[in-house]
Amino acid sequence: MKTKNPLLYVGLIATLIFSAGPIYFMLVMASRTNNEIVSLPPPFWVGGKLSSNVDRVFDNPDVLFGQALLNSLIVALVATVCVVLTSSLAGFAFAKLKFRGRNAMLLFVIGTMMVPVQLGLIPLYMLMTKLGLSGGLESVTLPFIVAGFGVFMMRQFAEQAIPDEMIEAARVDGASTFRIFFSIVFPALRPAAAVLGLLTFMERWNDFLWPFLTLDAEHPTVQVALSRLSSGYYSDQSLIMAGTLVGTLPLVVVFIVFGRQIIGGIMEGGLKA
Amino acid sequence: MRIRDRFAKTEARVAPYAFVSPFFIVFAIFGLFPLLYTAWVSLHDWSLLAGDQGYVGFANYRELFHDSDFWRALTNTVGIFLLATIPQLILATVLAQVLNARLRARTFWRMGVLLPNMTSVAAVGIIFGLISSRHYGVVNWGLGHLGVNPIDWQGHRWSSWLAISVMVDWRWTGYNALILLASLQSVPKELYEAARIDGASAWRQFWSITVPMLRPTIIFVSIVATIGGIQLFTEPLLFGSGVNAISGGNSGQYQTVAMYLVQQAFTGQRFGYASTVAWVLFLIIAVFAVINVALLRRIKSVE
Repeated sequence: MKTKNPLLYVGLIATLIFSAGPIYFMLVMASRTNNEIVSLPPPFWVGGKLSSNVDRVFDNPDVLFGQALLNSLIVALVATVCVVLTSSLAGFAFAKLKFRGRNAMLLFVIGTMMVPVQLGLIPLYMLMTKLGLSGGLESVTLPFIVAGFGVFMMRQFAEQAIPDEMIEAARVDGASTFRIFFSIVFPALRPAAAVLGLLTFMERWNDFLWPFLTLDAEHPTVQVALSRLSSGYYSDQSLIMAGTLVGTLPLVVVFIVFGRQIIGGIMEGGLKA
Repeated sequence: MRIRDRFAKTEARVAPYAFVSPFFIVFAIFGLFPLLYTAWVSLHDWSLLAGDQGYVGFANYRELFHDSDFWRALTNTVGIFLLATIPQLILATVLAQVLNARLRARTFWRMGVLLPNMTSVAAVGIIFGLISSRHYGVVNWGLGHLGVNPIDWQGHRWSSWLAISVMVDWRWTGYNALILLASLQSVPKELYEAARIDGASAWRQFWSITVPMLRPTIIFVSIVATIGGIQLFTEPLLFGSGVNAISGGNSGQYQTVAMYLVQQAFTGQRFGYASTVAWVLFLIIAVFAVINVALLRRIKSVE
């Protein structure tokens, strides 16, 4: 039986207005001229200047917005592929292979999820400079090609998704562990790998502090380009909002398409922790 | 044949370590080493450009202890953290309870509450900066109808703290509600039914069943919120636009410790001193996490 309590739906609709409101306002302001934005009462409906504002964002020579979109895409994709692969490998080993030190190592992995490693940013900066990677895209990608959360998530999934007999049978047939991973295990891990991939992509796309500190002017990511747009050299609000909209849109599209999977991933992640 | 067997045996023994090693190697280099090395750098007079200028013992820590800018930043951070986290946990728990009802269009509502979390922190800072703008922001316009004079949200300590807390809660409440919802779904429905038969009100059910059953998850969520909240950086940075945004307002009224850290490291070029800030921040997070667990342990669990 579905609930009929109207109060519940009123509360939910209010919540929805509160969560979607600021995003809607971004769209409204991105589609208006600066004069309209500063007029009173403020505009409440989408205007007609969206495409010209977006054009101005991409034409702006100081922030390299098109380049920034591409950079974010590269960084997020590389990190996503690496995290999914390394997490699947380690998760499978922790779930299904027996080796000395397994439990202690797994405990360590879980511990890394609770430690704020971002606070090591000063030595990380020195390290990147020493490696000659400072300023470039490698510096914001390399530290994030593994994730404790990913290892743990894949381990939990592998535990129940892969029957031990399947591995035993493959061993009897003379398959190596690597062979077993690539031909049996990884295909079976695909549903969890997809969710982990989505979560990783979103996290990397939205990352700010470290890219903001390390990237040079020639290699911005979207978030860094946005902070440059709004950093006071311009007081051009419709330009800033159009940029913010373009930078946010890819994830909103991903969210609309894969919302169910993303929600499932977040809920399972919390449950298991 | 025997060589092949031996090879297979060796392979089976070595493979697990090969599989887990990428994580451990990369984490050791880019996660663990920087964090530990921070402690070492904090014991030195270390400049961004000139490098290590010599060991100074605990001089940086002594200076930090008497640094009023640091204490102000710490007050701001803890203030914003409490102002954001307490209502957020309560709201998220209530929201989880609502989402746990047998609703029509379940996925739609869940997506609705998660939507803010898809927006980047940078975008949140920029959007909220604009809606809370003093002269033409929609917030002041709305308040004007209630007879409130335009508020300079960035200008005062209380108002900037409030605005930043709203940003944090806007982005995270729905996310945390979903995590709590997941754990709520594993609560046996019979508990609620029994309570209903005994005549317990919805409010009573919430406090006597939902909250105690969710206790482990609430602890988890609040620790994650602590780790994030004590390191708050992007929202306050982008809330105050301008070239000198890192100083968190003209009298540092909303500069957080993480902002102070970055300011010392990159504007002030004092890597040693900034590392001291980082290490102290690390300890503060640990202390808060322990307090958190101790406080939330006191919620009695359902027998």
